[in-house]
Amino acid sequence: MAYSDKVIDHYSNPKNVGTLDKASKSVGTGLVGAPECGDVMRLQIQVDEATGIITDAKFKTFGCGSAIASSSLATEWLKGKSVDEAVKIDNMDLVEELNLPPVKIHCSVLAEDAIKSAINDYRVKNGLEELVFEERIH
Amino acid sequence: MLKLPIYLDHNATTPMDPRVLEAMIPYFTENFGNAASRNHSFGWHAEEAVDYAREQVAKLIGADAKEIIFTSGATEGDNLAIKGVFEMYASKGNHIITCTTEHKAVLDTCKHLEKLGAEVTYLEVQPDGLVDLKALEAAMRPTTILVTIMYANNEIGVVQPVKEISAIAKKHGALFFTDGVQAVGKIPVDVIADGIDIMAFTAHKMYGPKGVGALYVRRKNPRVKVTAQMDGGGHERGMRSGTLNVPGIVGFGKAAEIARTDMAADTERISKLRDKLENALKQIDESYVNGNPAHRLPHVSNISFKYVEGEGLMMGFNKDIALSSGSACTSASLEPSYVLKALGLGDDLAHSSLRFGLGRYTTEEQIDFTIKAVTDTVLKLREMSPLWEMFKEGVDIDSIQWAHH
Repeated sequence: MAYSDKVIDHYSNPKNVGTLDKASKSVGTGLVGAPECGDVMRLQIQVDEATGIITDAKFKTFGCGSAIASSSLATEWLKGKSVDEAVKIDNMDLVEELNLPPVKIHCSVLAEDAIKSAINDYRVKNGLEELVFEERIH
Repeated sequence: MLKLPIYLDHNATTPMDPRVLEAMIPYFTENFGNAASRNHSFGWHAEEAVDYAREQVAKLIGADAKEIIFTSGATEGDNLAIKGVFEMYASKGNHIITCTTEHKAVLDTCKHLEKLGAEVTYLEVQPDGLVDLKALEAAMRPTTILVTIMYANNEIGVVQPVKEISAIAKKHGALFFTDGVQAVGKIPVDVIADGIDIMAFTAHKMYGPKGVGALYVRRKNPRVKVTAQMDGGGHERGMRSGTLNVPGIVGFGKAAEIARTDMAADTERISKLRDKLENALKQIDESYVNGNPAHRLPHVSNISFKYVEGEGLMMGFNKDIALSSGSACTSASLEPSYVLKALGLGDDLAHSSLRFGLGRYTTEEQIDFTIKAVTDTVLKLREMSPLWEMFKEGVDIDSIQWAHH
């Protein structure tokens, strides 16, 4: 299967690989996927508590090129967005931007889940209610 | 100058040896006859060429030329052998023994026969990939008509104890069939010494053309017969009808002859390169060689690089190096290799594996390039692997409650 140029670019030069301090109150961490399924994503956001703006985002991903590209792109999109805007990132936007084939859509779903999970982690840490998302079939 | 891409997937198929192509060419054009045409010289020439190739192929495995049935390939051979025995020996029993790491052409054929009343035992293999002879012995029944165990495995290259397996089958009055695709032409295979009753193999894994294979069917001690699976002109002693693929068969013969004469030298050279590759990649932390290293094909190495995913790993160099991964990361199949799982490997290790298959034209320069490319990519991907980070921090990854999809 041929990968799109954008996937190859993110895979070769991934943006925002790294680790934020998961103990910090201003950091939200999402860890999704499973080693048995061949992909695990950890996505972290650093939020400015005063403005609610995501000032930094980092990821680490175990998975195929599309999974790495989806998480790399997600971190790029997260930076500068408010938490409320970030919740609205849809996996199909990632699919479109990266030109993912149907068999790789689950990679984008995983990235969306990672974003939501990171946001909820941040919310819980800051005394806010967890957002409830619709169960999805992967 | 190193020419890219490098081909390291010789278990999938091999390039054709130019000597084979040369032998085949006249049989497409001037010598185009049908080997079954008995009334003119075109037919006689074709038949002569087929007879000669039959000798060449038989000699490679220590068989008599009359025991070689030409087929379209090993999938057909597997089907013909297993279904053919099941039908031919139905009055004797309906039990077949195989193992979980067989090729799909064997496993799916067995599953098909289960629907038709066969009882099939799928033996588990040991963690090193070898069949447990005691388990085989224990599985034998009075109704067992066939034991089908591959000679060498396509994913990990382990070579089964074929002599011991055939002896157990014989002791209990069952036939022994082996899928010899990966072994024949690569290591010495002798149907007499190995006690093989039926064996399927194919030309394109030994530098011959695609679309032609052979089924060895023993003619004495015991005389074995299989029921034809295709009706027609009664070619190949009535076991496989269909006009013979004369150019393909000529090429197969030539490939078999070269395999026989060059085997020792090829093996010595290729196994050195394989060992160099494997020893270098074993230097990477948390890398594991899969399969019994002492009972293995000389040109294969299957290695798991823990905490990186195989498909992602291959993407790091697949424009330069062609090889296979045990991981299949598609929505259709999130399952990693069933062969690696049958060894008892966790899904994480099975997802992290690469299969290196070296061949006749593999050079040391190619191996040096591969060592560097694979090492660099593993290290790079581990830097972005959350699992690697957890491992380094001493987190027990198995203790985490993963959300399964």
